Amino acid sequence: MAKINKILLAHGSGGRLSHDLVAKEFLPPWQNPILDQLNDSAVFSLSSDSSGPRLAFTTDSYVVKPLFFRGGDIGRLAVCGTVNDLAMVGAKPLYLSASFVIEEGLPLSTMRAVVRSMRKAAAEAGVQIVTGDTKVVEGGAADELFVNTAGIGLVPTGVAIGGDRAQVGDAIILSGSIGDHGIAVLSRREGLEFEAAVESDVAPLNGLVAAMLAASPNVRVLRDPTRGGLATSLNEIASQSKVAIQIDERKIPLKDSVWAACEMLGFDPLYVANEGKLVAVVASEDAERLLAVMRATPYGRESAIIGEVMAEPTGKVLMKTAIGGTRIVHMLVGEMLPRIC
Amino acid sequence: MCLAIPARVIEVNEGVGLVELAGVVREVSFMLLPNVRVGDYVLLHAGYALQRVDEADAEETIRLLAEIAEAGRNQA
Amino acid sequence: MTMRYVQEFRDGAAAQVLAHRIERASSRPVNLMEVCGTHTVSIFRHGVRGLLPPPVNLLSGPGCPVCVTTNADIDKAIALAGQNGVTLATFGDMMKVPGSYQSLQQAKADGADVRVVYSARDSVRLARDNSQRSLIFFAVGFETTAPTIAAALLEAEQLGLTNFYIFSVHKLVPPAMIALLESREVRIDGFICPGHVSVVIGSQPYEPIARRYGVPCVISGFEPLDVLQGIEMLLRQIGEGRSEVEIQYSRGVRPEGNPLARELMYRVFEERDADWRGLGCIPGSGLKLRPQYRAFDAEEAFAVKPPPTKEHRGCLCGDVLRGVITPPQCPLFAKACTPEKPIGPCMVSSEGTCAGWYQYGSSS
Repeated sequence: MAKINKILLAHGSGGRLSHDLVAKEFLPPWQNPILDQLNDSAVFSLSSDSSGPRLAFTTDSYVVKPLFFRGGDIGRLAVCGTVNDLAMVGAKPLYLSASFVIEEGLPLSTMRAVVRSMRKAAAEAGVQIVTGDTKVVEGGAADELFVNTAGIGLVPTGVAIGGDRAQVGDAIILSGSIGDHGIAVLSRREGLEFEAAVESDVAPLNGLVAAMLAASPNVRVLRDPTRGGLATSLNEIASQSKVAIQIDERKIPLKDSVWAACEMLGFDPLYVANEGKLVAVVASEDAERLLAVMRATPYGRESAIIGEVMAEPTGKVLMKTAIGGTRIVHMLVGEMLPRIC
Repeated sequence: MCLAIPARVIEVNEGVGLVELAGVVREVSFMLLPNVRVGDYVLLHAGYALQRVDEADAEETIRLLAEIAEAGRNQA
Repeated sequence: MTMRYVQEFRDGAAAQVLAHRIERASSRPVNLMEVCGTHTVSIFRHGVRGLLPPPVNLLSGPGCPVCVTTNADIDKAIALAGQNGVTLATFGDMMKVPGSYQSLQQAKADGADVRVVYSARDSVRLARDNSQRSLIFFAVGFETTAPTIAAALLEAEQLGLTNFYIFSVHKLVPPAMIALLESREVRIDGFICPGHVSVVIGSQPYEPIARRYGVPCVISGFEPLDVLQGIEMLLRQIGEGRSEVEIQYSRGVRPEGNPLARELMYRVFEERDADWRGLGCIPGSGLKLRPQYRAFDAEEAFAVKPPPTKEHRGCLCGDVLRGVITPPQCPLFAKACTPEKPIGPCMVSSEGTCAGWYQYGSSS
C-alpha cells in the first residue's frame, strides 16, 4: 500500500487525516504549550503570572466552493467561522483581520458582494475588521477567491472552557439541526445538483455563548462541529477529556430535507459540516436551565440534550440507534464521498 | 449493493423528470420506467427510477409492523 | 420525520418484537449470509446485529461490488485515467479503494483527471460538455446499477457522442452465490438476498439455489425492520424444512423484476467470465459491452499497460468476502489495517465488511 507522501484532498476534510497532519507535521516543529491546547482558539495571558485578562486568538481560511450558496456565502462564513472559534473558548470576539487571495479575472461585483456580506456579518457579531491584505494570483492558481480571517477576543476571568474538561455525568447539548451547511453547499456543486430546500446555517454564535455563560459557570466544553461534523467533534472531546460519550440518535435534531439529501447521496449526517451550531458539555444539574436559555436565543431555538458523558469505553463515542441498537461513531476518515452502494 | 430511496414523482417530461423527497427535489431519468406518472412513488438509484413502489403493499407491510409493535407494547 | 416508506421501517418497538420472535424461532445455530454490502452497512449502522440471539450467525458475503473489483481492474482504471486527454468518471465508492500501488484518489492527487459522479448520466453530460476530452466511465456495480449504465450509453449513442467510453467491471450476483455454495467452504443455511438487485432481476434467478442446493432465500429490503423480517422469514423456512425463494421486500420487488431494465442491460451488455477478488474467476458472472457497442468500449479504444498486479500481503479480504472468517479474525484487522491506512478494499469501501465491523462494531 503506497505510503502517503503527498497532501491529499482528504487532509483538508477535518477528519482523522487532518488531525494526523497537524499532529505529525505542525505540532512538533512549532511546539509550545499554547499550541498544545488544540482548542478552537489559542488562549493566553499577556501577564507572566496569568492572572490578568486572557486573550483568545484564532485563524481560519475559507476555500468554499461555490462562493455563494443558499443561506450564505464565503464572506459570511469567513466572519462567522472565526467569531465562532473565539466564542468556543468562551471569548468575547473583538477584532478580525481579513486577507484575500483573489484569482485574476474575478468580477469586481463578486468581490463587492463578499465584502458587503462580511460587513453585515461583522455588524451582527459585534466585531470590527481592523486589518487585512490582498493578493492577486494568476488565473487557475486560486479558485476564484480564498479568504483568511484571524480573530482576537477577550476571555473573561474565571472562564475555563476546553476540550479536556468534560466530566463523567455531564450532559451534552446540541444547539440545533445538523448537516444544513454541508448539504446546502453540496446542492450547488457540479455533479450533485439538486434543489434542496436546505439553507446553510452559517451564523455567529457569540451571543448564544454569552447567554449560556451568564446562566451557568459549569459550561465545560464548547465546540462548533464544522468539517468532519458532529461525529468528529464528539470524538475529539472524548479523546481530549479521556471519557466516553453516549448519544441518542432519536434526540439529534435533523431536518427532513437534510436527511433526505443525505439518504439520496449516501452521506451520514453525523459527518456533514455545520457552520452555525455548537455542541456543549455541561454539568448535568445545569442542563435543563441552559437548554431553556439557549432555546430563547435566535440561533439556539432547536437546542436539545442529546447524550451524556460516561467513563468507558475511554475515547469512544457510542450512539443508541433509532431501533434500539448501539453503534460506535468514529471520526471521519478522509473526505466524505457520495455512494451508490 | 445498493442505495435506492423511495421518492415521489412530481414531473414527467419525455423520459426525464423530477422526484421529491422531504423537500429535496432531484432530476431523474425514467428510461428504465417509462410508464411512470406524477404522484407515483419510485425507487431512485444513481439518478434513475428503478421501479414503482407498490404503495398498497407498502401500506399493508407498515400496518403489519405497526400491529407487531402494538402487540409488543401490550405485552410489556 | 416524514420520509415516507423509510421511517416506518425503522420503528424501534417493532424491531424489539421482531428480535424477540427471531429468538423464539432460532433453536440451533444457523449461518445466514447477507450477500449484499448495503445490507452489511444497514445491519451495522442500525445496530441490528446486537438484537439477534447467539444462534443466529450473520455472515457477510461478496456483495460489495467495490470490494470484489480486483487489483488488476483498479490498476487498469488508474492507467486509463493517467492518459493524456482522458477524464475518468467514477462513482464515489471507488475513489479510495487501493489497487496494487495506489487508489484513484491518490492518482488524482498525482494529476490524473478523475471525477466523482453520482449518476452515469452525469458522465454522459461531462462527455457532451467536454468534446475535446475522452470521457471514460468506470462502470462498477451489480444488476442494480448495470441497467443505468446501459441507459446512459444508449443516451450517449443517441446524442452522437464519439468521446464517451465505458470500462465495465460489472458483475452478477447469482453466479457468485452459486460459486460460494459449490465451494462448500462455509455452511450457509440461508441467504438474505439483495433487495435492489432483485428489483431488477426479480426472484426467478434464485430458484436454482433454493431447489438444487436446498438453501432458503429471502429477498430483503434494507431498512432495519426489513432485515429483521427477512431473518425471521428465513428462520421460519429453516424451522419448517422448506427451501424456497420468498420476497420480504414486496413493496419494491416483483417476481418478474423490471423486464425493461433487464432488456436494456442485455441489449448493451453480454455475459462473460469475470475475476472476483476472493472468489477467483466465476464463469458468466461479468458483463462486457456487446460487439455492436465496441465503439464505446474503453478497453478496445485505449491500449494501456498497467504495471504488474500485486496483491496485498497478508490481506484476508478474500476470506472475508467468502464468509470464511469475520474481520476480527484477520490478524491485520484494526491493527495494521484501519480505515485510515487500509490494506484491502474491505476496509476502505464504505460498505466493506471490515469497515463495517470497524466503524460500527459494538462496544462489547
